Amino acid sequence: AEAAELRARLRAVRHTVLVLSGKGGVGKSTFSALLAHGLAADETKQVALLDIDICGPSIPKMMGLEGEQVHQSGSGWSPVYVEENLGVMSVGFLLSSPDDAVIWRGPKKNGLIKQFLRDVDWGEVDYLIVDTPPGTSDEHLSIVQYLSATHIDGAVIVTTPQEVSLQDVRKEINFCRKVKLPIIGVVENMSGFVCPKCKNESQIFPPTTGGAEKMCQNLNVSLLGKVPLDPQIGKSCDRGQSFLAEAPESPATLSYRNIIQRIQEYCEQQHFQEEKIM
Amino acid sequence: TLAERTNLAGVRHILLVLSGKGGVGKSTISTELALALRSAGKRVGILDVDLCGPSIPRMLRVQDSAVHQCDSGWVPVFVGQDKAIALMSIGFLLERPDDAVVWRGPKKNALIKQFVTDVAWGDLDFLIVDTPPGTSDEHISTVEALRHYQLLGAILVTTPQ
Repeated sequence: AEAAELRARLRAVRHTVLVLSGKGGVGKSTFSALLAHGLAADETKQVALLDIDICGPSIPKMMGLEGEQVHQSGSGWSPVYVEENLGVMSVGFLLSSPDDAVIWRGPKKNGLIKQFLRDVDWGEVDYLIVDTPPGTSDEHLSIVQYLSATHIDGAVIVTTPQEVSLQDVRKEINFCRKVKLPIIGVVENMSGFVCPKCKNESQIFPPTTGGAEKMCQNLNVSLLGKVPLDPQIGKSCDRGQSFLAEAPESPATLSYRNIIQRIQEYCEQQHFQEEKIM
Repeated sequence: TLAERTNLAGVRHILLVLSGKGGVGKSTISTELALALRSAGKRVGILDVDLCGPSIPRMLRVQDSAVHQCDSGWVPVFVGQDKAIALMSIGFLLERPDDAVVWRGPKKNALIKQFVTDVAWGDLDFLIVDTPPGTSDEHISTVEALRHYQLLGAILVTTPQ
């Protein structure tokens, strides 16, 4: 009966993309927010961004929605809208104060994630993007389990170039394979820094073991793209603005846009081919 | 049990390294702190309770090590230049380094309890506990398991943004 409830609620969702990592602080939430903005630039598309990082929800701040609350209606919880075609849900909206710690064990976190899927009135959605916390635990198992009521197009896995990150990301790739979640591809963030003054490029996080490129080759997954470090990214996130809109000329914006396009193409293709990645 | 009371009995101070946020440098700081304290002549141990993303073994170049049992429990892996820093991490229990530990809370809690009570730490001046990001199972279980011992306090790591 529960599965039927979830199925009914998610019936009007055309594409679902999970943003995962394994490693913390590599740019999952940043990427999720920009993916949502990028897809919503097409006003004919309805985009939903679901933040299931219960302990450290970054999406409200990044989307400029801090302080917003969730409203209930007859048809369920209403997402908080950034644009008419871009709705957001996060535990951040349920806290009385932004510094309140959510100190919950797994089962309680799972319960809220289920509520997010069952009780939020997303309406008709072209793209549901799910931002996740780092790791391979309750939140990840639960989201895959609950979303089996609908079709998950795949996962985008975010990393940074250094081995300490790749180490955790390989585990995440194995997690995806274990739960039969298709992998759309890997995004390498913080991939080099170009000085705005002298234009010299530095590797702030040197890819001592070949970076995401080598890892993708070894594990036979797609490298969707590399995004360089741009201090404007962090600033835009802190201010709740879309980096793509604030810095349209940045090499990072170009990278993000290319990656977003590849993800869109992958999702659209799914309709014509019933191919499984694994 | 007697073992529970003796395995941490020789540890003078326990320090938790926390953040909330991932990727800010908790494991890096834990490692550097351990090495610096060792340099200053202290007896040091590191307990890595990040079960999904254990970074400490690689940082100390012991990612291929395995742990052994003795009468009082698990023997930690000894690391550092003089092999005098005691380290325990789930990294040592994985069959393959890329194996994902896909466990729900209760299983994670059970292992953390074991790490706290069943590792033969011996006499240490400092036990540094590296944690994963968040405020969930690992954190609750670690603090609960350490409640009766000499918890010095927590160091919180962040980045500027």
